[in-house]
Amino acid sequence: MSDYRIKGETGEWEVVIGLEVHAQVTSNAKLFSGAATAFGAEPNTQVSLVDAAMPGMLPTPNMECIRQAVRTGMAINAQINKYSRFDRKNYFYADLPQGYQISQLYHPIVGEGTLEIEADEKAGIAANKVIGVERIHVEQDAGKLMHDQHPTMSYVDLNRSGVALMEIVSRPDMASPAEAGAYLRKLRAILRYVGSCDGNMEEGSMRADVNVSVRKAGDPLGTRTETKNVNSVRFVMQAIEHEAHRQVEVLEAGGKVDQETRLFNPDTGTTRTMRSKEDAHDYRYFPDPDLLPLNLSDEFVAACRDSLPELPDAKRDRYLGLGISAYNAAVLTAEVESARWFDALLDAGAKPVAAANWVASELFGALNRLGRDISDSPVSPAEAAELLGLVADGTISGSIAKQVFEIMLETGDGAAKIVDEKGLKQNSDTGAIEAEIAKVLAANADKVEQYKGGKEALFGFFVGQTMKAMQGKANPQVVNELLKKALG
Amino acid sequence: MTDLTNLTVAGIRDGHRAGEFTAVEVAEAFNANVANAKALNAFIVETPELALAAARQADADRAAGTLKPLSGVPLGMKDLFATKGVQTTAASKILEGFVPPYESSVSQKLWDAGAGMLGKLNLDQFAMGSSNETSAFGNVISPWRRTGSDTALAPGGSSGGSSAAIAARLCPAATGTDTGGSIRQPAAFTGISGIKPTYGRCSRWGIVAFASSLDQAGPMAQDVRDCAILLENMAGFDAKDGTSLDLPVPNWEAALSGDLKGKKVGIPKEYRIEGIDAEVDAMWEAGVAMLKDAGAEVVSISLPHTKYALGAYYIIAPAEASSNLARYDGVRYGLRDLPEGAGLQDMYAATRAAGFGPEVKRRIMIGTYVLSAGFYDAYYTQAQKVRTLISQDFMKAFEQCDVILTPTAPSAAFGLGEKNTDPLEMYLNDVFSVPASLAGLPAMSVPAAITKEGLPLGLHIIGKPFDEQGVLNAGLAIEQRAGFTAKPAKWW
Amino acid sequence: MLAALYLPQRQDKMAIDQATVKKIASLSRIAISDDEATAMEGELNNILNWVEQLSEVDVTGVEPMTAVIPNVLRLRDDVVNADPLIGGNRRDDILANAPAAQHGFFGVPKVIE
Ligand SMILES: [Mg+2]
Ligand SMILES: [Zn+2]
Repeated sequence: MSDYRIKGETGEWEVVIGLEVHAQVTSNAKLFSGAATAFGAEPNTQVSLVDAAMPGMLPTPNMECIRQAVRTGMAINAQINKYSRFDRKNYFYADLPQGYQISQLYHPIVGEGTLEIEADEKAGIAANKVIGVERIHVEQDAGKLMHDQHPTMSYVDLNRSGVALMEIVSRPDMASPAEAGAYLRKLRAILRYVGSCDGNMEEGSMRADVNVSVRKAGDPLGTRTETKNVNSVRFVMQAIEHEAHRQVEVLEAGGKVDQETRLFNPDTGTTRTMRSKEDAHDYRYFPDPDLLPLNLSDEFVAACRDSLPELPDAKRDRYLGLGISAYNAAVLTAEVESARWFDALLDAGAKPVAAANWVASELFGALNRLGRDISDSPVSPAEAAELLGLVADGTISGSIAKQVFEIMLETGDGAAKIVDEKGLKQNSDTGAIEAEIAKVLAANADKVEQYKGGKEALFGFFVGQTMKAMQGKANPQVVNELLKKALG
Repeated sequence: MTDLTNLTVAGIRDGHRAGEFTAVEVAEAFNANVANAKALNAFIVETPELALAAARQADADRAAGTLKPLSGVPLGMKDLFATKGVQTTAASKILEGFVPPYESSVSQKLWDAGAGMLGKLNLDQFAMGSSNETSAFGNVISPWRRTGSDTALAPGGSSGGSSAAIAARLCPAATGTDTGGSIRQPAAFTGISGIKPTYGRCSRWGIVAFASSLDQAGPMAQDVRDCAILLENMAGFDAKDGTSLDLPVPNWEAALSGDLKGKKVGIPKEYRIEGIDAEVDAMWEAGVAMLKDAGAEVVSISLPHTKYALGAYYIIAPAEASSNLARYDGVRYGLRDLPEGAGLQDMYAATRAAGFGPEVKRRIMIGTYVLSAGFYDAYYTQAQKVRTLISQDFMKAFEQCDVILTPTAPSAAFGLGEKNTDPLEMYLNDVFSVPASLAGLPAMSVPAAITKEGLPLGLHIIGKPFDEQGVLNAGLAIEQRAGFTAKPAKWW
Repeated sequence: MLAALYLPQRQDKMAIDQATVKKIASLSRIAISDDEATAMEGELNNILNWVEQLSEVDVTGVEPMTAVIPNVLRLRDDVVNADPLIGGNRRDDILANAPAAQHGFFGVPKVIE
């Protein structure tokens, strides 16, 4: 249970949140036509006769869109409905050429599933929490209206019209903006792992309709509002925050919340009424007579299942099993590209724990500095494995490895070559090290006294001094052993 | 030389093939008939140049030895089929001036088979009607007249331009579409043949939609053989239509046979409606005798839910139409009515009010109502359940028989204006044809008798799914025995 | 004759009133005048009374019709413009019949959301 509460004048209010996420299915062609789906094309160039709803045009479904919806359902452990149907949702709007949206109301392709969000104390999420997903259905996207190009006209671009969407409908299981944010991030990660949606919110590939209501603890559900088409995690959290507070104010002032559709204004972080229930649509849903029922074969379903990659939760558990820290496991699995990169690194022979530490600190640090994504990392997993191998077999120390990595980034040379050319090989010659230790101890007789008197923290100081004298190239393990011997 | 315009499709095809005349001669003859028949108002657009161009190609193909199945045959095209570069209106103001940049699959197949187009045929607006009186371009007038009368008669509908044009020899044959009887009833009214194939045989791609789950294209022609020839060149799988049947197209013409030995013909007892027109009843009796004569055994069958077919149809068809016709909104094509200061939704309402005729509006509103919140299950779901029962009735009946024989329509052609005061009166015209539509079955009308007033009557044969051959053969058996040779006397 | 059997008694049972007619017209986006609505009210009620007969059919255990002829929904391969007739890249065709095409767009009266 979230302890997120809104403190009103009459007491504390709980918030109940459900999300309907529209995720654009990754496909080359549209759901019911062969026009392209690529983002950013010239207006109305990716429009077929079907998408423009010319007289006599008929829909033919794209297998890839169906396949991706099924795989997505599997990724949230949902019921896959081998029988589903397309329905028409009828309404008139300039971005909807057919006068109806082909969607799935009565028999969606995916039924009940779940998604787990992780504990995040900073965000007020005390423990892992399972959020229910009611259904996923497949439907057509609408076109786009432009309002600012002409004084008295709006312009219609149908490039998006007919692009496949998955509508992923959660249960009202979230109780704070943070939980909603975590749900969205997790959902986005899963979609990207599965490859069914690129999760690109700026390009509109993922939008959320945010259902919010408030109630006093123990009360039945309050009236909800639906804030449409919110297009970033941050905005979703802001919309909930604003909407919940607004509802509390309304209720505490003795008013009642209208069940209505609202719009989010990203500039102000507030929501406003879009249209009231009085003129709400009567969508007249009915099965699309142009499309027969969709019956998925066992083979199709099995092939979808076989094609699923390892998903974030499973991957994280596997990393934990390899001894990788919970923090690193979370960081490495949060984005599919990082996880893929890390898996390639392991495949190239790197040792899991050291590799995880190195990626989470060194590699991510470098990418951050360079402003690059892991997908265009200047160092490949194989090259990184070579570097980590040199540390693992004692050829270089960790600190030398940092230098080598920097040189790799600058020159693009391999780690072994750099170590070779720059003479950075680690020194394990006990005689040479013993000689330096003797000098260090002699120069720091006072500290030796203190150490022997019980100030054991000084051991690190002696290690550091010895390494410095060896220009960092001494094998730290050998230094440790010899120092311990020398200090008796 | 005989009048080329009296030839059948087979006669034109074979005569052209044999070099008895040129395709250009045929096209010119029909073009002339079209040009001289304005009084019938059968065509919305005439395309004599297209007919001639196809004819020239046919003559060249003959010289080159590359004849196609319909080389030399000019056709009329119901104006519900999108024709590339030629105005396509569905007989509605809302599509006036619409020139499709695409060709319907069925018409494309016909052109690919060598046929040419004489023009776009008039019809009931959006195929909604049984008399052709709902066309925005004026009603078609049947070439038939009652003996000694000059009352203008309905050519039937919705394919009334097609039926009138064939009966008046403005074209040897034409395309039609049938949602609840729109090929069969006008065929019956005008003394010609027409077949609606199994739902899914002909692609719906590029045909202006009325009711998706019922619409089927089919041929209308002088005789059964011509129907077989044309259907072979219209039917076939089309990946662009999700309800298209992925089946090979049989050689219907080659397998035509009027010998019905071993076949059973079902007579549905529920169709024996009290008060049925006596002449229609007599024709039905005669039809039974003809099929027996052809070797068939006649059995009585029961279609208990038939009584509800029209009711179910008048829920399902308007429901689908209300949605199918939502695209006519004045944004992408067709009429736009933008009153001063109107917003988007006002523009829609004004455009649709100005563009749709009264019957279209009526059906859209009925459809909207039966789908609306709170009524959907009571009307639409109930109607689709009744439809299941009607379909099951047929499947049970077909355990006892191969084809079913009924009249095509409850009466001969009526006078224009006689039945359009009450929409329900008009709807009753489809009482015999609608059940087969609801069940997606192949069905045809063949002319079988002439009334005392001198008007044609048609017999209706319903077949099993995919068994167009059985339907055509029974139709042929009737044709061979009915001796129907009457033609309308030319008055236009 | 036929009508007597098939048509309902013209009772005064009015399923819908004029306000409902106007609501349906509005949902259908068809502008109608009061006179038209009055005329339509009678017609629609006649038709609705008539189809009312369906309610007497016992449909217990009957599934609504889905596919009238047994057939399966085929799925298309995910290839762009494989069939030009259902592919894109034909803006001129798409806009050719538009009452108000401008700069590659369809123009509509300004919409305030
Ligand atoms: Mg929603
Ligand atoms: Zn949606």
